[in-house]
Amino acid sequence: MNTAFERIAVSALALLASAVLFGLLLTFYAGVDPLEAYALMYQGAFGSWFSFQNTLTRAAPLILTALCTALPARLGLMIIGNEGALVAGGVAAAAAGVAVSGTTPLLAQLVMAAAAMAAGGAWIALAGGLRHYRGVNETISSLLLTYIAIALMNHFVEGPLRDPSSLNKPSTHPIGDANMIGAIGGTDVHWGLAFGIVACVLCYLVQRFTTFGFAMQVIGGNPKTARMMGLDVGRHVLVACGAGGAAAGLAGMVEVAAVHGKANASLAVGYGYAGILVSFLARHHPLAIIPVAILLGGIGASGGLLQRRLDLPDAAVVVLQGIIFVAILASETLYGRSWRWLWRIKAAEGR
Amino acid sequence: MIDRFTIGRRALLGGAASATALGLSAGARAQKPLVIGFIYVGPRDDYGYNQAHAEAAAVLKKMPGVKVVEEEKVPETVAVEKSMESMINLDGATLVFPTSFGYFDPHMLRMAAKYPKVQFRHCGGLWTAGKHPLNTGSYFGYIDEAQYLSGIVAGSTSKSGKLGFVAAKPIPQVLRNINAFTMGARSVNPNATCQAIFTGDWSLPVKEAEATNSMIAQGVDVVTCHVDSPKVVIETAERAGIYTCGYHTNQAKLAPKGYLTGAEWNWERIYVDFVETMKKGGAPGNFVRGGLKEGYVRTSAYGPAVSAAAKAKADAAKSGILNGSFAIYKGPLKDNKGNTVIAAGTSYVQTEPVLEGMNYLVEGVLGATS
Repeated sequence: MNTAFERIAVSALALLASAVLFGLLLTFYAGVDPLEAYALMYQGAFGSWFSFQNTLTRAAPLILTALCTALPARLGLMIIGNEGALVAGGVAAAAAGVAVSGTTPLLAQLVMAAAAMAAGGAWIALAGGLRHYRGVNETISSLLLTYIAIALMNHFVEGPLRDPSSLNKPSTHPIGDANMIGAIGGTDVHWGLAFGIVACVLCYLVQRFTTFGFAMQVIGGNPKTARMMGLDVGRHVLVACGAGGAAAGLAGMVEVAAVHGKANASLAVGYGYAGILVSFLARHHPLAIIPVAILLGGIGASGGLLQRRLDLPDAAVVVLQGIIFVAILASETLYGRSWRWLWRIKAAEGR
Repeated sequence: MIDRFTIGRRALLGGAASATALGLSAGARAQKPLVIGFIYVGPRDDYGYNQAHAEAAAVLKKMPGVKVVEEEKVPETVAVEKSMESMINLDGATLVFPTSFGYFDPHMLRMAAKYPKVQFRHCGGLWTAGKHPLNTGSYFGYIDEAQYLSGIVAGSTSKSGKLGFVAAKPIPQVLRNINAFTMGARSVNPNATCQAIFTGDWSLPVKEAEATNSMIAQGVDVVTCHVDSPKVVIETAERAGIYTCGYHTNQAKLAPKGYLTGAEWNWERIYVDFVETMKKGGAPGNFVRGGLKEGYVRTSAYGPAVSAAAKAKADAAKSGILNGSFAIYKGPLKDNKGNTVIAAGTSYVQTEPVLEGMNYLVEGVLGATS
């Protein structure tokens, strides 16, 4: 059976189910016309060029942070330390950017990206290494590493790296306007989106067409067999975790170099955690991450309009995200038997 | 920069087009209302910083010819830029209040450059003449004056002489409140101390409760705080049977027995004034500040536990602040490490820029800024 089609069909079904469920909640709990709400959501997320750019801008960091979960997932590792890698990358980028701010913008940007990817990569590789060499659960360790990363960020931003003129919002020195990476020509969307899409395509190509990618799949299937076959599991774990962390670190660099111009507590606003959600919704498939991130970006972009027009609380979109997450996870049980289920549903609808 | 401006204009055109479409679809309105956008960093009903703004926004909603749109829980990232832009493009907002401190730079400034016809007013003290555009501005209140009065009431009520202050971050604004509160308390009880605990962030309910509990265990019998939502601190203290002073807005409901008084914002005063100006076709002030005298801050009504003597002392200090005969920050003033921070004979008025960079805790505060 065509598994790609099955994947898309099952995911679409799950999305539809969550839309219906959310609509019921809107109707009976919030007393809002769900059709009006969905029309507003469409308007806020995709309805105009401005709205679509809003969606893409919000999707950009999610694409990069999602890779931090998706790549190690290929090896059967459950990494949820995306936020930590992003924060580590952001602080490293700001520190590097300030250090080389006097050079040419291109050089400064490259140095910032390299520093961010190295910091983020090392952060997640640490979790992967602990897992492989010391048997520490990588899910827990990567989550705890996030708290350490945020504490370190606060320490650096409020201490050694602090710009003394940032009185009430401690920040690093600015990297300088000239070194900012700006927006993709003709749009309002920063370059982080392009970085994310390129990274996803690269990851897909590596996973699909290289022996390294194939080895990842083998290790994910059964690490013991992989070891018996002579695969260096440790190296693959470190590289995959490092690459995932580097992607999240790059997201931190983009936040610094395209949005804030400096590092401060605004780095840790949950892009990393949202990335976990994106990766799971995309079933850890690098290419599927892109549309899923855009979908979640759209939900985020439309949240404001729901608040303003329908007086819904901010929690409304969080509830929708939660419903989608649960529906997608629950839909995993449909794989392999989805055809039977789909037929049944079709038959029921026909009645 | 040039590149950015061309994009801005294009987006502006698109925005204008969609705003027009929206206006048409909404039908022929009798008169175009003044649309005002409010953006909050946390929930609107947090019994704290955001609620103080939302309460004032609710007053604006009742004014004729005014439409208020609100968004809550908007992080200090590109998200707030998009929220402002969305309010301008889709709702037709011409006056925007991004109320959180971190919204100013670079987010609000970026939007102000892109939408020069929209007025942006930011809560905080960051606007500088000559440096920032004229369609932006900031407004703020000297709430440490109200904190000083809270301190007097707290110092008069405390039996142990130990006060507690749960604070978010050791930044000038927070330090100023802790210092004013402590000095107020020590003006009536020279032996009073104030334990300051920094939680590290604006909204960490668990740490705030822990800090409150640990201070209660040390014998502290009046606590106050400077975090986004005082709810947890006030409720924890009330449950333990000790006294509290509120912050941001009135929390008397949360602590009917132990609530003494509190330092509250009165943003309504500023917002109504701004909106009246806008309706007359003018632009709101760029640098608006004031304290008790201007009515931008106020104190909560005294709770049942406040003695007549305490009220009298606080009221006396208040009239001194109101008529300008009393200054909170005057020398000789020592920090809690023994260094002189304000020399004898020096007295600072509230507008003094030196106070904006406060980086010390005064004598009597137990705790450290780092």
